[in-house]
Amino acid sequence: MALSSLSLYSQAIILFAALVLFTSFVMLAQTRMVPLIFTFAWQGLLMAVATVLVAIVSGHKHLYISAALTVVLKVGLIPWLLYRLSVRLDMNYETEAIKHPSLLLLGGAGLVIFSYFIALPIVHLSGLATRNTIAVSIAVELLGMLMMSVRGTAMAQVIGFMSMENGLFFAAVVSTYGMPLIVELGVAFDVMVASILFGVFFFHLRDSFDSLDVGHLNLLSEANEPAPLAETPAASTQGEHA
Amino acid sequence: MNSQSIAWTLAAAQTLLFILAAPLLAGWVKRVKCHLQNRAAPAVWQPYRDLAKLIKKNLVLAENASWLFRAVPYIVFGATLLAAAAVPLIAVHLPTSAIADVIVLVGFFALARFFTALAALDIGTAFGGMGASREMTVAALAEPAMLMAVFTLAMTAHSTNLSVATETVLQAGLVLRPSFLFALLALLMVAVAECGRIPVDNPATHLELTMLHEAMILEYNGRHLALIEWAAQIKLMIYAVLIIDFFFPWGIASEFSASALSVGVLAVTAKLMLLAMLLVVWETVLAKMRLFRVPQFLGFAFLLALLGMLTNVVLETGG
Amino acid sequence: MNTANGLPLLLAYAAIVCTLLSGAVSLFAVRRHPGFLHFGSFLFLFLAGAASIAAGGWALLAHLTLTDQLAFGLPWLKWHLRLDPLSGFFLVLLGTLVTAASLYGPSYTREYTHGKAPQPLPPLGVFTATFVLGMQMLLLADDALVFMIFWEIMSLSGYFLVAYQHQHAANRHAAFLYLLLAHVGALVILLSFGVLAAFGGGLTFDQMRATHLAPLWATLAFLFAFLGFGTKAGMVPLHVWLPDAHPVAPSHISALMSGAMLKMGIYGIVRVSYDLIGEVRWEWGLLVLVIGTASALLGVLYALMQHDLKRLLAYHSIENIGIILMGLGMSMIFLGTGHKILGTLGLVAALYHTLNHALFKGLLFLGAGAVLYRTHERDLERMGGLIHRMPVTAFMFLVGSVAISALPPFNGFVSEWLTFQTALQAPALENGVLRTMIPISAALLALTGALAAACFVKAFGIAFLGKPRSRRVAHAREVPIGMQGGMALLAVLCLLLGVFPTSVIMAMAPITQLLVQDSLPSAAAQGWLWLTPISPQVASYSAPLVLIAIVVVFGLGFLLLKRGAVPARRCYPWDCGFGRLTSRMEYTSTAFTQPIRRVFGAVWKVDEAVETTAGAGPIPRVTGIRHHLHVQDWSWLKVYQPIGRLVLAAARRIGFIQTGNIHTYLKYSLATLLLLLWIVSL
Repeated sequence: MALSSLSLYSQAIILFAALVLFTSFVMLAQTRMVPLIFTFAWQGLLMAVATVLVAIVSGHKHLYISAALTVVLKVGLIPWLLYRLSVRLDMNYETEAIKHPSLLLLGGAGLVIFSYFIALPIVHLSGLATRNTIAVSIAVELLGMLMMSVRGTAMAQVIGFMSMENGLFFAAVVSTYGMPLIVELGVAFDVMVASILFGVFFFHLRDSFDSLDVGHLNLLSEANEPAPLAETPAASTQGEHA
Repeated sequence: MNSQSIAWTLAAAQTLLFILAAPLLAGWVKRVKCHLQNRAAPAVWQPYRDLAKLIKKNLVLAENASWLFRAVPYIVFGATLLAAAAVPLIAVHLPTSAIADVIVLVGFFALARFFTALAALDIGTAFGGMGASREMTVAALAEPAMLMAVFTLAMTAHSTNLSVATETVLQAGLVLRPSFLFALLALLMVAVAECGRIPVDNPATHLELTMLHEAMILEYNGRHLALIEWAAQIKLMIYAVLIIDFFFPWGIASEFSASALSVGVLAVTAKLMLLAMLLVVWETVLAKMRLFRVPQFLGFAFLLALLGMLTNVVLETGG
Repeated sequence: MNTANGLPLLLAYAAIVCTLLSGAVSLFAVRRHPGFLHFGSFLFLFLAGAASIAAGGWALLAHLTLTDQLAFGLPWLKWHLRLDPLSGFFLVLLGTLVTAASLYGPSYTREYTHGKAPQPLPPLGVFTATFVLGMQMLLLADDALVFMIFWEIMSLSGYFLVAYQHQHAANRHAAFLYLLLAHVGALVILLSFGVLAAFGGGLTFDQMRATHLAPLWATLAFLFAFLGFGTKAGMVPLHVWLPDAHPVAPSHISALMSGAMLKMGIYGIVRVSYDLIGEVRWEWGLLVLVIGTASALLGVLYALMQHDLKRLLAYHSIENIGIILMGLGMSMIFLGTGHKILGTLGLVAALYHTLNHALFKGLLFLGAGAVLYRTHERDLERMGGLIHRMPVTAFMFLVGSVAISALPPFNGFVSEWLTFQTALQAPALENGVLRTMIPISAALLALTGALAAACFVKAFGIAFLGKPRSRRVAHAREVPIGMQGGMALLAVLCLLLGVFPTSVIMAMAPITQLLVQDSLPSAAAQGWLWLTPISPQVASYSAPLVLIAIVVVFGLGFLLLKRGAVPARRCYPWDCGFGRLTSRMEYTSTAFTQPIRRVFGAVWKVDEAVETTAGAGPIPRVTGIRHHLHVQDWSWLKVYQPIGRLVLAAARRIGFIQTGNIHTYLKYSLATLLLLLWIVSL
């Protein structure tokens, strides 16, 4: 299917899909907190625009509502909440060190190829003009997951989670012109609740460890349990006596 | 005069125009930059005066400069001139554009860079070594990004020939290609790095910590320096024209009539002026970055180019 | 075209006889009569090289396939020989290098008679001859037996040549490692021939060609062949022997090893997969492409960290083998998916690069040898300024550096350009994953090329430019005319192959006709001036015009600017006002690559430390700073050492059966005998 044979609107959908993918990559490598939140908001905005374009092309009116919901929630409310959180937790100037950023990005590119590969059968089934973007939405989801699995701070993980949800939403929009509205409302509500829960989780995390680095959670595992502090000096003194 | 010889004459004229206009572009960039930064601006033809003055000056060579040092300016200028000949400036399908495709063009720049770096090492000063080392590192990182961006474009045009690629874009009309958007951004970043502009290199400074290109040519003077500076100006123009040809070719002459050619000249002048202003804004708002931030900058360019290629496969041709 | 015994084959026999004579004559080159080696042995070697070129060139250009049988060997298995365009092409490659080495050798080997530690000359001559003989014969082999015999002769002679200066422990170690990997490789090749012979019903290549293997067995045969020949070619991660072995051999032998012996690995891969198995599959291509990309990139990155000139060149061989493999891999992918023309293009790119690498790497090793001959230095950190002392060598080395850095208008550029053009045809593939993999590996090829350029700016710049960093280098003299001649031959060929690619590709058409029954008619569609691999619309390159234009611009610029100008004044370079610059202030090879070391830090195991010594006295002050840097290859630590430990541990486990008691050993023999008799009776 040649791109030039599509209508300008369909081309624009594809363009915005590519930009959504791009924002996923930017988030993957963004080490500073506030730009990370902004990038997330941008992704929401681009997705909302793509949704409106899909609505125009397909004539499904309920997609306008989905788009509006996306703007309100993912461009407005959630980023604002996260921003507030980061200010209150005093981490809006924090940066996180990523070990091998270029390898991470190459891995991301590998995920895109992989999602293209697994999306091929679906693409062949679908007759929609936007079917090629299915691979992109799967990639956005996988990139969100990758972000959650490699990034250290809780904030980055939450944003990875949210962007996974973005991928899901986008997949629904481009493959079947959106889920039933009630489902979308439900998911949106879930995400809302999740972001509030995450806020609570942040505070607990900081209270317990003085940091938002989730690496500290390793301490909770029994295998890594540090030896009780009281006993260690006692044992060594016993050794000396013997 | 048959059509073949007309074409060759036009090609020669275009090349001549290219190399003669390059200092003008540099002068325009400098002038706009001065205006933007509230400084008194030199005339746009100041670079011509500089070149003329340098050519007239007597030559001073370092005591242990070898024959290579004296030959390098001519090699660099020759390679850059060849590259300029291959790029369509006002008309496509000139015979010179068949001499070299984009990959050969990259090869010409690599040739010029290779010899500039050697000349930098010839005297044996630490400045030269530093410049050569840094320049080769930056180039090594810029080249894959450049090639990847070019590949993305070539995949759509099914050609690496500049004329053919330009014409393909021209005939396709307005198509919103995400791959082109990414490739454009990548190519802009690579162009900035390759031409030694801010934030990768600062062409206006002689501080040892910040120099790349300037450190390499520190020992040059007189006509040698004139040739090298001129080559650098041509290189900047080549990159600008490349970007114009690939992404905004509208207006370029596809036949050799007087009206089409004059439209071509006007169009390319206007586009070059605009692009130069964009460069000036970019250079004014950004600061020179640390050397070891440059790999990240170029890595980002590579990522953009890679995304361009991926979207080309996934979104534009897949399914 | 199957004449029983054509003239080209006779020429090839003549080449072999000359090689044998060269070995025989050198037996007389005992200490009192070194002339037998300098003039006798090398003269015959020269003739052998020239005859190889003639024989191979004839077979290639005339598109001849000649077969013959010799009554050596086993009674029921005569030696089958065959000269076809493919072996002809590699014979030309081998002959060129042998010719250059034989011009270069007579002066270079004076080192071993006049030096401080004289070496016996007969072994050098004999093993050089058997080394060349092995390569000549294995190219002519038409059955697995002959092939393996001469493959082993080549490998074993190589061992003795690497160990030629065996006084140094490092040389013995390098030779041992070489021998070990050569034998592992040979074993695996034997397995591959075993699979082919089992299904073909015989050891001759004709029988193997005639059978059609099931995909699984074909893949198995290919994998064994790729592994075995890849070990010889030096692909990652089987490359560890190469950087140790090449530098320690005499330089003209290094040129032969890197230029020709590694190519025998490539020949083996091409012969087995394209010719004997016949149908290549795209999955193989993917493997070859991935290994090739890794070899190219890792090879150049390791090369960058070297400051031993010959070791640096050895690592570059790995890089170039990687580039050749990339071309082969893409060719297999395209052929396996039914794109015949594109597969042919990939094959042509790979073979072209094979020839190019032989030429420029041979040239560079000879150049490094010239420096070694006059300065006794291999360490870049102690060279510098040689362009003033050895202008001809410097010029030749520069030609080699430009060629290997893939810069127009030299030959390295043409073959890399062809590889890029092959990669650019990836959109023709159905499979989207391949369509993305190929451009990514092409981008890595671009990175490789740019890093190679950086590496040769370093190698040439540090060794030949600047100021001399040691006394011997400061007093070096130009090398004798014979050595210059050997280098000049290769340098001229580097330029010619870069400027007339169209003719070269046309000359290679019989090979692709033979292997894939196709050629590139479009390459020369526009005449010899234009190289248009697919079609003029897709891509074109005119190397002759590029050369002419560079020369014209150079001349014009020189004339216009130089005319009437005052002669240049010489003065001190800018020293920041501190006083005269010395060679201690120059950038060193280690300093040059520091940014690259930092950017690609994860590739090596880098141990870097700065030791400061403080002087005694009331006020502590720094009296000395030592910079310690040790860069190691991960594959050695992560692949070979664990395998070595595993083998040792296993050996210790089964060590208990080694009692040292003669009766026990006899009992083992008895038990084995009984077992065998029982098996036979089954």
